[in-house]
Amino acid sequence: MKEKNKGSKIPGKVWLLISFLVAMVLWYLLSLNPRTARSFPNIIVTIQSMKTMIDRGVFWGDIQSSLISVSVGFVLGFVLSLPTAILMAWYRPVRNIIEPWIQFVRNIPPLAYVPLVVISAGVGRKPQIIVITIATFLIMTITIYQGVINIDETLIKAARVLGATDKDIFLQVIAPATLPFIMTAVRLGASVALTTLIAAESTGASAGLGMRIRSLNNSFESEPMLLYIIIIGIIGITVEKVIKILERKLTGWQEKREI
Amino acid sequence: MAGEERNIKLKIDNVKKIYNSRNGEMIALNGVNLDIAENEFICVVGPSGCGKSTLLNIIAGLLEPTSGAVYCDGKKVEGTGTERGVVFQQYALFPWMTVKKNVMFGLKLQGIKGKEAEEKAMKYIKMVQLEDFLDHYPKELSGGMKQRVAIARAYAVNPSVLLMDEPFGALDAQTRTQLQSELLETWEKEQKTCFFITHDVDEAIILAQKVIIMSARPGRIKEIVNIDIPYPRTQETKMSPEFLELKNHIWGQVYQEYLEVRK
Repeated sequence: MKEKNKGSKIPGKVWLLISFLVAMVLWYLLSLNPRTARSFPNIIVTIQSMKTMIDRGVFWGDIQSSLISVSVGFVLGFVLSLPTAILMAWYRPVRNIIEPWIQFVRNIPPLAYVPLVVISAGVGRKPQIIVITIATFLIMTITIYQGVINIDETLIKAARVLGATDKDIFLQVIAPATLPFIMTAVRLGASVALTTLIAAESTGASAGLGMRIRSLNNSFESEPMLLYIIIIGIIGITVEKVIKILERKLTGWQEKREI
Repeated sequence: MAGEERNIKLKIDNVKKIYNSRNGEMIALNGVNLDIAENEFICVVGPSGCGKSTLLNIIAGLLEPTSGAVYCDGKKVEGTGTERGVVFQQYALFPWMTVKKNVMFGLKLQGIKGKEAEEKAMKYIKMVQLEDFLDHYPKELSGGMKQRVAIARAYAVNPSVLLMDEPFGALDAQTRTQLQSELLETWEKEQKTCFFITHDVDEAIILAQKVIIMSARPGRIKEIVNIDIPYPRTQETKMSPEFLELKNHIWGQVYQEYLEVRK
């Protein structure tokens, strides 16, 4: 018990700083070891490579391109998943026909079906968005669907005995009761959108973080490669933090539930 | 039946309920007949699975009987109606609404708006002594407080029948006795026909004018026991010889049914 309480007086922000410093030291050590130095170039050199990429005129374009693909793909995935999930929850035939395929496709790495997408959709922005849309649609549909079918039935009963019509129940009970699951879906969807980026941009993209990592690989430039990887990570954690804040604002009424 | 002088609020007429499950048919209720007078306080006891909750859900209009019918004020029950309020064991408060909003929910559905809805809600929130918790969310309340909110919410739409499905079942003994007294006080102030399900024989006797003992599967009414102890009843009532005698009798009957279930 005493062990566990060790350091409980140190505030969370300080822990974050300590964690950061530990990672930096580790990175530094890896950059000294000749066996790992090629994968983990020196910290300063890695950060300096940002200037190289800016000078080449690709840095901002890459970030912009990736953000566009990710956002458009994610938004489309969300817009499609919401009605699909609700239809699946409400109509048994819809569920029975669609659910097995969602589960089936969900377990296939997007990289595997990228060539097929390119064959039909060509190269450029379109296939990128399609790949991200598919991946985010699948995860968000499943998450929202689970939420809708797990709504506490006594809440619906309680509303009904207080005089609620089907419409009232949908708008005033099911919608708010599903909101936490929608927020979870949004968080998972955003994360999937980013992790699908590399696959999406292997469709012959002309810019993008994922595309650039692959092309830097051909010229063995590990400094900007690592930099780009870190940038994807930063984007991911920023998006997650923003969604979490939103989640706390919108669904703070929940009994604690973390996924 | 018809033309009788006694004012019958609820008439349960030969209600039968069969559930179809994977293991075939399960008869939950088999020919239940019961008349409940206006403003009568009825408690239903019986072993688990005797169909108590099924019966309550049928009266509420949340379930349809396989055959037979329930009449409320002489009208056949088809679906839910705001004249029949329900308090659930699991509270069933809307977690995204504050105490005040929860109590106002039913009022708003009736088209009562703004100030009027708020005043009505306040009246019942005060009745359950939660006026200091108006803007709290259910997660911030204890079990007893949650159930008080649920009772206020049911009262707010002014039903003439109050159906309660083991409302105090999940509460600790102390909170339980407290809520029992509060419920009785409220019932004496604003008379309603109460149909109250419980596992607790003490609770049934302290609350009810009539205790209905149900038999194990298939659920039927085994015995109706009149509780002639005058109101107001207090915790001391539980020490009185007539209370103990009733308790003995009812407990014996229920226990027999438990044994039946175990067989």
